[in-house]
Amino acid sequence: MSRELFIDIRNLTVRFPSPQGLKAVVSGLNLQLQRGQSLALVGESGSGKTVTARSLIGLQDENALLTADRFMIDGRDMLQASQRDWRAIRGKQIGYVLQDALVSLDPLRRIGQQLGDALRANPRDGNTDLRQRSLQLLASVGMPEAQRRLELYPHQLSGGLRQRALIATALAGRPELLIADEPTTALDMTVQKQILDLLQRRRDDGQALLLISHDLSVVGQLADFVMVMKDGIVVEQGPAQRLLQAPEHPWTRQLLQAVPTPQTKGFRLSSPAPQPLPAKQIDAGEPLLQALGLNKHYGAHQVVRDVSFRLAAGETLGIVGESGSGKTTVARMVLGLTEPDSGLIQIEGQPWSRVAENQRRLRRSRIQLIAQDPLSSFDPRYTVEKIIGESLDAAGIFGAERRQRVLQLLDEVRLGASFLQRYPRELSGGQRQRVAIARAFAPNPALLVADEPVSALDVSVQAQVLDLLADMQAEHRTALLFISHDLGVIHHLADRVLVMKDGAVVESGDVGRVFTHPQHRWTQQLLDALPVLPGQAA
Amino acid sequence: MSLTLPLLRRRAWPPAGLLVSGIFLLLVLLAVLFPALLSPYDPLMADPVNAQLPPSAAHWLGTDQLGRDVLTRLIYGSRYSLLISIAAMALAVTVGSLLGLLAGLARGALDEFISRAVDVVSAFPDLLLALMLIAFTGPGTVNLIFALGVASIPRFARVVRAQTFLVMSSGYVEQARTFGLTRRVLVWRHVLPHAIAHVPVLATLGLGTAIIGTAGLSFLGMGPQPPTAEWGLMLAEGRNYLRNAWWIGVWPGVAITLTVVAVNTVGRHWQARFEGKKA
Repeated sequence: MSRELFIDIRNLTVRFPSPQGLKAVVSGLNLQLQRGQSLALVGESGSGKTVTARSLIGLQDENALLTADRFMIDGRDMLQASQRDWRAIRGKQIGYVLQDALVSLDPLRRIGQQLGDALRANPRDGNTDLRQRSLQLLASVGMPEAQRRLELYPHQLSGGLRQRALIATALAGRPELLIADEPTTALDMTVQKQILDLLQRRRDDGQALLLISHDLSVVGQLADFVMVMKDGIVVEQGPAQRLLQAPEHPWTRQLLQAVPTPQTKGFRLSSPAPQPLPAKQIDAGEPLLQALGLNKHYGAHQVVRDVSFRLAAGETLGIVGESGSGKTTVARMVLGLTEPDSGLIQIEGQPWSRVAENQRRLRRSRIQLIAQDPLSSFDPRYTVEKIIGESLDAAGIFGAERRQRVLQLLDEVRLGASFLQRYPRELSGGQRQRVAIARAFAPNPALLVADEPVSALDVSVQAQVLDLLADMQAEHRTALLFISHDLGVIHHLADRVLVMKDGAVVESGDVGRVFTHPQHRWTQQLLDALPVLPGQAA
Repeated sequence: MSLTLPLLRRRAWPPAGLLVSGIFLLLVLLAVLFPALLSPYDPLMADPVNAQLPPSAAHWLGTDQLGRDVLTRLIYGSRYSLLISIAAMALAVTVGSLLGLLAGLARGALDEFISRAVDVVSAFPDLLLALMLIAFTGPGTVNLIFALGVASIPRFARVVRAQTFLVMSSGYVEQARTFGLTRRVLVWRHVLPHAIAHVPVLATLGLGTAIIGTAGLSFLGMGPQPPTAEWGLMLAEGRNYLRNAWWIGVWPGVAITLTVVAVNTVGRHWQARFEGKKA
């Protein structure tokens, strides 16, 4: 291995035309990477990390204006490179795993065909047997039953297996560097762990990696070197160990503190200094919500089996589980949107399931929902004022009084009156979730059901939203049923937790107890999958 | 994050085809609303002395076999041709949207019934079905509207039904249910506006077909009866004189063609904009 730099970029600037003239998305970036080194680019959405990575394979947007003092890949100057020159780099020298594994494979072609395409595009020293090479590739990314899976279409594979297949296509040309853009976003915890392990193995074999993520805890442990980006500028860079344990720039510190961990419980995630959250007011008397022996089938498939729990007023109950574990179905039953096949739900001592809809409707505003994707939960024709105001219909609050209440709520979620006439499309992800929270609290509900409310958000935005939720909950004394696949978030926010697998509750109890002394094998497995920042007690 | 930024587009003139079509349709609209404003002649008064005059300064498009000014008859005829088509579309939009909404909301047996009925209607070619209906009801303006309207119901019913399904399962309808809104409010506020979002574009494109349908059926004598000025009817009358007075038959044909092309151009452009906005 030569000591010569594989990638050497000095003063890279990428600008896009905008109505206000050229807008720099990346400015003054220096990037040096030796063979076999691994680097992590960390930053929020819009910080320029994907633009930087794409420019490394010449796939920046057509409108982009790229300038640099030096832009060398493997000793070649790529500043004036033609498409032909770039094709010699792509796949052969640098493999790129696109951001969204779930849509980056052609849905109409079998896995084997797609691997074959990638292999044919990058012919190497006489690997004439495509099938043999495909099997080797799938084996190298840890795909079980590779032989059978060559014949399958992408939709027949789970999210984790699709991500493996995608990585395999990127490795077909035996590139020296593998770039992975948010390789674990949208994946379950245990699957994320498997993908991270796979990347770790490659790194241990001395293969170069460039990882892109908004989450320091995910990429921190995989990189030798970390660059933290904000608004197109590298604000801090250094060896991973040093940067994660003793961050110097305030932004890096903020990113690190925003990650919910056992240590953050009871404290704000979005403030620089440790600051306690307001105390919850839990009424230990009669439970607000009681669920007894819930069961639900869809056809022959049982999605929820014998689930029972109770929730006191003002308390937070977390439900944690992977996709398909039945947690969303439980939430829908609590919301009265799905009827259980058997079992009973009581709210404030009154039956809630199997009640005639015209009676239930009057009580519906007692239970409000915060959905995972706020954008789809807003009527696109509605302004923020109408969106928040609509939940006050049942309470009979209209006119000036409604406007007053909406303004007060907007203020509580730290959005001003200027947002009243905005449309949901014009808002950022964090702002949308704030509007969703304001709407949920508007009719003064006794219970809030939050289904993965932060899983589509950047870590730093997630921190603000979680803090806001805790503030609002304490102030309004609302009970919270919080559903998430992320144990860190659940640990941070919940008082008690239910761990679900295959529709059944495998473990439940106080969060501290369950997460420090898990009784069930599955809980243990989930906990092992939690990424741990160096310097943190496991 | 996405790499595509909105392209810089300066506010430009609309494409020439659209501009010309728009101006033409405005003229047609003017003819429909105020025919007397555009022409000094009477469309029905026969003047045998001046019969079959070729186009001239006094009669721009000539006169027909009874000495009536062809341009005047075209101008007055636009009222029949267009109003019949528009009324037929209005009927199809109203009934089709209602049926689609009903099927989409009810699901189950009622949906099955409506959908199969719609399938049966759409199994016949539009024009053939309209002819069949007129065979039962007899010729006439109202019957023509009814026949063309019924034949166009399926496309609206289908689109609205599919959209209703989609909107009913959307996050915001689900969310609105948790507010304790009644089903009626829910449908009126959140379902209907989205379910019929595509209808105006569809109706505009359907209007072109309906104009041809109207002209075609009147040509066959199924619509308004002589001496009414109507484009299809004028075409039918002019056909007998093509050899020695081509202008009697050709101009109505040109009017029908231009109107349909203009309506379709506007409709397509609107559709493209609508879909671009949705994407």
